Amino acid sequence: MSRLLGLYAAVVYAFLHLPLLVLAVFSFNASRFTRWEGFSLRWFRAALTNTQMAEAAWNSLLIAAVSTCASTILGTLAAYGLWKRRSRLLSGSLYLTLLTPEIVTGVSLLVFFQWLFRFPGLQLGMHTVILAHITFSIAYVTVVVLARLRTLDPSLEEAALDLGAPPWQAFLRVTVPLIQSAIAAAALLAFTVSFDDYVITSMVAGVDSETLPMVIYAIARRGASPELNAVSTFIVTALGALVLISERLRGR
Amino acid sequence: MATGRRIAVLSLSFDRLCRLPALLTLAALFLAPLGVIAVYSLLTRGAYGGVELPWTLENYARLWDPLYAAILWRSVWIAAVSTALCVLLGFPLALFISRSGPRKNLYLLLVILPFWSSFLIRTYAWMFLLRDTGLVNTLLLAFGWIRQPLPLLYNDAAVILGLVYGFLPFMVLPLYATLERMDKTLLEAAADLGARPLDALFRITLPLSLPGIRAGAVLVFIPCLGAYLTPDLLGGGKSVMVGNLVQNQFTTARDWPFGSAVSLTLMAMVMLLLMVAARSKGEDLL
Repeated sequence: MSRLLGLYAAVVYAFLHLPLLVLAVFSFNASRFTRWEGFSLRWFRAALTNTQMAEAAWNSLLIAAVSTCASTILGTLAAYGLWKRRSRLLSGSLYLTLLTPEIVTGVSLLVFFQWLFRFPGLQLGMHTVILAHITFSIAYVTVVVLARLRTLDPSLEEAALDLGAPPWQAFLRVTVPLIQSAIAAAALLAFTVSFDDYVITSMVAGVDSETLPMVIYAIARRGASPELNAVSTFIVTALGALVLISERLRGR
Repeated sequence: MATGRRIAVLSLSFDRLCRLPALLTLAALFLAPLGVIAVYSLLTRGAYGGVELPWTLENYARLWDPLYAAILWRSVWIAAVSTALCVLLGFPLALFISRSGPRKNLYLLLVILPFWSSFLIRTYAWMFLLRDTGLVNTLLLAFGWIRQPLPLLYNDAAVILGLVYGFLPFMVLPLYATLERMDKTLLEAAADLGARPLDALFRITLPLSLPGIRAGAVLVFIPCLGAYLTPDLLGGGKSVMVGNLVQNQFTTARDWPFGSAVSLTLMAMVMLLLMVAARSKGEDLL
């Protein structure tokens, strides 16, 4: 029976991994069509010289960097606060951001921003995308950091407090150093989630804030393209590396 | 008076101060927007998009229109089939991982890794495989097994495939956690008493892993029900689910009140499921 189970598992793993592997192989195909005609890097070169993609990639990086910084700080503080004392309001809200369908989060933010924009001088753009990304990334950070805090010995911090350190100093100089690898892992995940988001972003993006997933979506909608295969391979590899590092940091 | 104020300031303890920024952010950018669409769902559609008075329940009544009721029903059905398939694929996989000794972490990582890599690109990968000039059709044509490309993309089956592919890890992880906690001596006892492995599987392992299956089923069903990207790309507009209906009302149809009502209905369905699931306790993450 265990051999049968192993076979079954192999099939499921193939199902999970083959589509991306096949896509990656074909991104090195010399031909424009789905017929193998030899190894080539021409689609990677084409993708790199595509200015629309380069601009969108830059936007995505900027958005992910800024929102990761903010959500890592907010999420870590929230995790610490929740570790000290439970708050049903905060953990309930965080859960809800994870479970609300993305399209609902997206349209509600769109409606909310439009409602705010009755005041002059405001419009959709990079800032609205960044605000949206911060909002949905906090919960990921909190989950990862809180998991680490729960394994921590509280007496370490209590010792600092007993010796007269104010709470913020005990937090910054005892607790934060102890959980820094988890914070780094959380930041990497927040970056990944932000860089990859399409649904919410497309709702709150303005004319100047087209992100890489938005460009990818537009091309995919029209069909497929070998250039897109190349970009996909690049992104999946890069994000995969980030996730591996994150898992490493988290597992320690 | 002065002491009263001082106590109020002091009661803003450090841990509360830590929770405050996140709470304010979520209140302003998550809960308030949900509140706004709750209000909009009770208003009338404006002549040029937007909303206007009077207050009405008309938007919710329209959900009973056969056209929209069919979309709701269809979403539930597609999510249910996807969830069932995730159980069928996920249970043996979780069992395999829980029994693979020191390689456990590696096998677990192989489940987690695709989950974190781009959802959009993973969906696109299926378009690359399934479209008329895609790899599967190209291969089948090359082998001479078919004369015309099969219509593999842009139908319900493709959507279900994409959803199972996307959310299978949500089933495997809680199931694995349950199997991992299971008392292994029960299986030894069963074997000692003469149970064959298959008997032990169906009469001990499976019943004991039901909480994990239930948790996984909720975690898979919720994102499937509210899916937007998968039906949009793999269903190609033919396989419309609630998510697409919502998106459509806020873009092309410009009927914000109705779109808001559909959004809130979707949220209500999610909450209802969670309440049912909360009865059977799952992992406590937060």
